Amino acid sequence: MTKLFALVDCNNFYVSCERVFNPKLENRPVIVLSNNDGCVVSKCDRAKQLGIKTGVPLFKIKPLVQEHKIAVFSSNYALYGDLSQRVMETLTNFASEMEVYSIDEAFLDLSGCISSFDRDAQKAVDSPLSILPEWIKRDLPIPIVRGLKTEALSEFCAEVAFSYGEKIRTTVQQWTGIPVSIGIATTKTLAKIANRMAKISGQGVVSIANKTELETALAHTMVNDIWGIGRNYARELIEVGIHTALELRDANEELVRQVIGIQGVRAVLELRGISCFSLECLPSQRQGTQVFRTFGEPVKSLAELKEAVATYAAIASEKLRRDRLAASQMTISLITNQFKDEPQYRNSITIKLPIASNYTPDLTHHAIEGLEAIFEQGYSFKKLGISLSGLVPANQVQTDLFDRFESGFDHVDRQTRKNQLMQVIDRINTHMGSGTLKYAASGTQAPWKAKSDHRSQRYTTNWQELPIAKA
Amino acid sequence: MRDRKKVLASRRISWFDKRTLIKQIMECASTMVDRLYTPDSSTKLRLPLYMQPVSAGFPSPAEDYIEGKLDLNRYLVKHPAATFFVRVVGDSMIDAGIHPKDMLIVDRAILPTNGKIVIAVVNGELTVKRLRQVKEKLWLMPDNSNYQPLQISAEMDFLIWGVVTTVIHFV
Repeated sequence: MTKLFALVDCNNFYVSCERVFNPKLENRPVIVLSNNDGCVVSKCDRAKQLGIKTGVPLFKIKPLVQEHKIAVFSSNYALYGDLSQRVMETLTNFASEMEVYSIDEAFLDLSGCISSFDRDAQKAVDSPLSILPEWIKRDLPIPIVRGLKTEALSEFCAEVAFSYGEKIRTTVQQWTGIPVSIGIATTKTLAKIANRMAKISGQGVVSIANKTELETALAHTMVNDIWGIGRNYARELIEVGIHTALELRDANEELVRQVIGIQGVRAVLELRGISCFSLECLPSQRQGTQVFRTFGEPVKSLAELKEAVATYAAIASEKLRRDRLAASQMTISLITNQFKDEPQYRNSITIKLPIASNYTPDLTHHAIEGLEAIFEQGYSFKKLGISLSGLVPANQVQTDLFDRFESGFDHVDRQTRKNQLMQVIDRINTHMGSGTLKYAASGTQAPWKAKSDHRSQRYTTNWQELPIAKA
Repeated sequence: MRDRKKVLASRRISWFDKRTLIKQIMECASTMVDRLYTPDSSTKLRLPLYMQPVSAGFPSPAEDYIEGKLDLNRYLVKHPAATFFVRVVGDSMIDAGIHPKDMLIVDRAILPTNGKIVIAVVNGELTVKRLRQVKEKLWLMPDNSNYQPLQISAEMDFLIWGVVTTVIHFV
């Protein structure tokens, strides 16, 4: 059975989220800033037309913002996360399988789903010859019928797939208020290309099947825009004269293998319509977790840095516990603002933990030790980061032979107590809002906390900030 | 018709109380009855009631009537992905039982049809009104005689945001 994939991608996702609850923004250019209100991370089409690019710092576009009355927002991840979940949940109604690819993208496996939508189309996908009228099969020699199969049939399928895609798009828009673009094709790589076309053309849904359409699309896709082909691979392909997706598709497999290896051959096959990548429906095992943040104001004192590092350690260990993992290694990094004309310093330290842990007090203790080791007096620090690695399942932690003699309880007993304490803290924080219970080491003032001056309301996750309707 | 939701709500609660009462009588008094019957809103795994320990030899007579817990989430929210909560300001819908500061449950998956109470966007603002279609014309009707109906014209910036299914009004 032929596979059919769709890549659904939310348009300007963060901006669209802001617009759902603030319809006035529909007629204004809108931008959303990164953590700490530093750079632009999402912009609407009108802001794009004004020449605003992703990643540009806010201070550089200040005049533009004032002149065009651009609406500026700090990132509101509570809102974006919630709407993302709603979009994904809506999409599950349309697919037999789904891979959530990022906060605003998902691959759907449509094989089998079309049948409930259009019986003929499903038959066509399953056994291509069956939908052709009898007279064609009777009067024409089989090779010609086969030839017909790929052309007429795939076009028919593409049309059905297109209207199915339209249905997905209108449903997501109606249910969640988020506009999406959809690309449909027989492989993930082609679906990604179709999606790009849908975005560029503003059509919303593109389903590639028609041979000439497909070839124009491929001819207009540069190798570095192909899913799974990184910048280095792209450069090497260009060196041997392969510039576009079309050239890659028609390239000699052996040549591609020599240039960029098996990954490249897979890309070639995918471009030819032979599916090599299936959906990854289970989230891949976390390799590490990072909390890396820019301070709202530069921080000079060790005391404040200690509070920050304790806060980050608490956030990171909460993430670990959510995934039932424990970390055996920790890296602390400290950086000054390299854009300022000030004495510069950057350093990091990696600490191997005696026992893998996700217990906040343990991790905080090591984090503060690490920080003290790399801290230098007399600098204004801009960024602090903590990264946990060497993750192991929390229930398979290798214990220390001497650990049990440390205190009155034996190890197992102590471990259970630690786990119970963390469970209670996590439960209280989930129910009553994060940060309800925290460690004193995290401090209370948090003067270093990231700037978030233009955050919109948390419309969907906070009772006090619900949208308001006039009666 | 107007107060149907309220009537429904009151009926549900009395029925709920009665059921609780019967079960309380049937269950052994020493079990933590009040905890057992608290309506659960967390929408997670609910243990069937018969998982509670029953002393050997005396099976609870209630065992055959076990139905699980009542979940307000499931009762009030049919399409979780498309359901939003909205706060009311103003009294133009007071005769529909929608008071200032009430919370509305809004389902965007429901088709807005004639007579439904909707959240509409008029000139960039969210407003709650009753939708009325008369031939080709569309009206937003208040449920309060002090307010005027609003006819939707082509040049207006208008769209229907969602359909109101429930009013939550604290008494």
